[in-house]
Amino acid sequence: MSSHSHVEGQLPHEPERATLEGRNKITGFWLFLGGETVLFGTLFAAYLTLRGQIMDGPTPDHLFSFLLVAIATALLLTSSLTSVFALQSMHRHDVKALLGWLIVTVILGAAFLGLEIYEFNHYVHEGHKFSTSAFSTSFYTLVGFHGAHVAFGLLWAILIMLQLKNRGLNTTTAPKVYLFGMYWHFIDVVWVFIFTVVYLMGRVG
Amino acid sequence: MAHAHTVKRHTGIMDWLTTVDHKKIGILYMLAGGIFFLVGGLEAILIRLQLMYPQSEVVSAQTYNELITMHGTTMIFLAAMPMLFGFMNAVIPLQIGARDVAYPFVNALGFWTFFFGGLLLNISFFVGTVPDAGWTMYAPLSGTTHTEHFGTDYYVIGLQIAGIGTLIGGINFLVTIINMRAPGMTFMRMPMFTWATFITSALILFAFPALTVGLAALMFDRLFNGNFFDPSAGGNVVLWEHIFWIFGHPEVYILILPAFGIISEVVSTFSRKRLFGYSSMVFATILIGFLGFMVWAHHMFTTGLGPIANALFSVATMLIAVPTGIKIFNWLFTLWGGSIKFTVANLFAIGFIPTFVMGGVTGVMLSVAPADYQYHDSYFVVAHFHYVIVGGLIMGIFAGLHYWWPKMFGRMLSEKLGLWTFWTFYIGFHLTFFVQHFLGLLGMPRRIWQYLDGMGLNELNFISTIGALLMGVGTILLVINIIITNSKPKTASNDPWEDGRTLEWTIPSPAPEYNFAQTPLVRAYDAWWEEKMEGNTKMTPVEPIGPIHMPSPSILPFFMGLGLFIAGFGFMYAREFGTVSLVIGIAGLAITFICMGLRSWIDDHGFHIEEEEILKDQGVKA
Repeated sequence: MSSHSHVEGQLPHEPERATLEGRNKITGFWLFLGGETVLFGTLFAAYLTLRGQIMDGPTPDHLFSFLLVAIATALLLTSSLTSVFALQSMHRHDVKALLGWLIVTVILGAAFLGLEIYEFNHYVHEGHKFSTSAFSTSFYTLVGFHGAHVAFGLLWAILIMLQLKNRGLNTTTAPKVYLFGMYWHFIDVVWVFIFTVVYLMGRVG
Repeated sequence: MAHAHTVKRHTGIMDWLTTVDHKKIGILYMLAGGIFFLVGGLEAILIRLQLMYPQSEVVSAQTYNELITMHGTTMIFLAAMPMLFGFMNAVIPLQIGARDVAYPFVNALGFWTFFFGGLLLNISFFVGTVPDAGWTMYAPLSGTTHTEHFGTDYYVIGLQIAGIGTLIGGINFLVTIINMRAPGMTFMRMPMFTWATFITSALILFAFPALTVGLAALMFDRLFNGNFFDPSAGGNVVLWEHIFWIFGHPEVYILILPAFGIISEVVSTFSRKRLFGYSSMVFATILIGFLGFMVWAHHMFTTGLGPIANALFSVATMLIAVPTGIKIFNWLFTLWGGSIKFTVANLFAIGFIPTFVMGGVTGVMLSVAPADYQYHDSYFVVAHFHYVIVGGLIMGIFAGLHYWWPKMFGRMLSEKLGLWTFWTFYIGFHLTFFVQHFLGLLGMPRRIWQYLDGMGLNELNFISTIGALLMGVGTILLVINIIITNSKPKTASNDPWEDGRTLEWTIPSPAPEYNFAQTPLVRAYDAWWEEKMEGNTKMTPVEPIGPIHMPSPSILPFFMGLGLFIAGFGFMYAREFGTVSLVIGIAGLAITFICMGLRSWIDDHGFHIEEEEILKDQGVKA
């Protein structure tokens, strides 16, 4: 972990890959996301198996509102874009812009999460509780797992921002920012699938 | 040095609680896995004692169900896998010429989550509500309707916590093998055990998240009234079977591939020959790993998936016999014409070959879907999977134990006692399980508590129990061997077998904290053997001796595991004790997450082992 390349002078263009630790983290995180893909794949499979079992609860067609989900989607997709801007700022070694874009990302993510909480609350009032039917259980588990990932990502981003503020950009903090970026894109991709499989197919299929 | 941080280097128990050294973590895995192995073995002996005579009542029916459930769960998740992780930790960095694994901290975390998960599972014995729905936890039997007590909760939460450790361990070894190999160690020069670990880790990565979801779903059903597997609310019990076996079948290859790797090393070393067909061995390993994901429904032939699904899964299963056969022949051809040394390690390896072939043949028999309707849930299946798991995996582990013991501890296990271990265990094993094929064909169902007299099952069951006791004797002999060896001085040389082929035999036994004083240059497959053949007495170094960077020890992994342990109890008992319990659960999770935050927050650059210390080590050993 000779992570002190700033001693020798300038931070390299891609500080996240400057040390073996950094490279290890990136390789490992790609693999971790592979595992996460299986995790969500299994959740999707469970949802697809059970989504027809509505019992006495409200139907997806009755529950889902396109407007709400469209706004949530727009927020999350935009936050993915702003996380790319954050990474570009990092490669320019512009810590101020990096922090700025991370803050925007967190705000957008928090707004998404807020909408999701509102949405779940609304559904519960409509009689769509966790234990209503196999459909409701698998719905809340799939979408909830995604929501939990978003919440974790927000806390993570805040922790990284505090570190950037205190210690600046170096070969220890840079891989963290990069990993967060990868994580955030992954969350985004999962949401695209949720949008399609849960909401679109819920209204159409 | 500009960064000579003074890091406290702990001693005694604190050293073991805070260690991030892969060699020590390997020993911890071995120790914990070994203890769980003895627990699981004791459960097995109780099972066999109950079945020794018809209609006996050594244990009650309820206890019997608990024993079979815990025996399977313990042996697979808490004994076999940790012991394999022990070998991976002890050997992989040494085999690839690395100073450590990619993530030493995560490595420690993996151990502690496994340990606390296993502890949680086994505490159920003391609480009195033990998992009793079979290690496969089929729904709806595992639901609250049929098992209201906390047994299944212990299973679900204990395995979930232990599973985290396995998953991060798998990722760790993947990255270690991809990024940390010594110069010249190309993929096609990696030792077979490293290859096997690589593929196994990939299987862990893609199989365990399915189990995570399955366990989470069952937990939601039980703790929060979910309906995944509750047919009365639209749930689907076959869904559990699919999820469980999509994880469960790769799991058996997760278990056996490292054993294949160990056998390859041992057979090649003690035949004093290059492994026959190395590249086909690598290819076969990859192919087995790939096909391992395509065959899960062969556990469900009688579930009623229909003839098309059964036929496809049947054919896919038979296909696995091809790469496995390649491996068997490669081992035989390695032995062929070699100047074989019959050390204990090699006896286990050679004993493994016919035993595993028998397990493979019954495997192909079981893969024939129409015939499986006869074998299903009978003792034939029990015999089959014990032939591949005990006769395959455990023999591999015992071979590895005798082979790498000097590298791990600096002392040779007694070969004389080892011979006794081998023969008692080997004969005991075949005595126990060979007859079970016929018990199965005679119609004895698995998992039954008693059988009636006069059904022709008495003699074979009696023989089987005698065999199990003999296996117990073999295991006790191994434990005695370990205790005796432990009291002897550390006299093992760098290459105690004198025929070592791979990099771990180029450094002192046990390896120093930094493994390699100088990173070696790898010039061929079987790097060390090649150097010896050229008359060299050491590897060519790629760097001068200099200060070596080491990661700092940390107590955080221990507390992260402990936090999950507390959280598990809290959430489990919320059903009975309400809010208080829930608060404890949340507090436990908080401990884990706060430690995680601390880990991120504290910039820890480790410390350096200085040149003088390395030179001193070498002076002592050289």
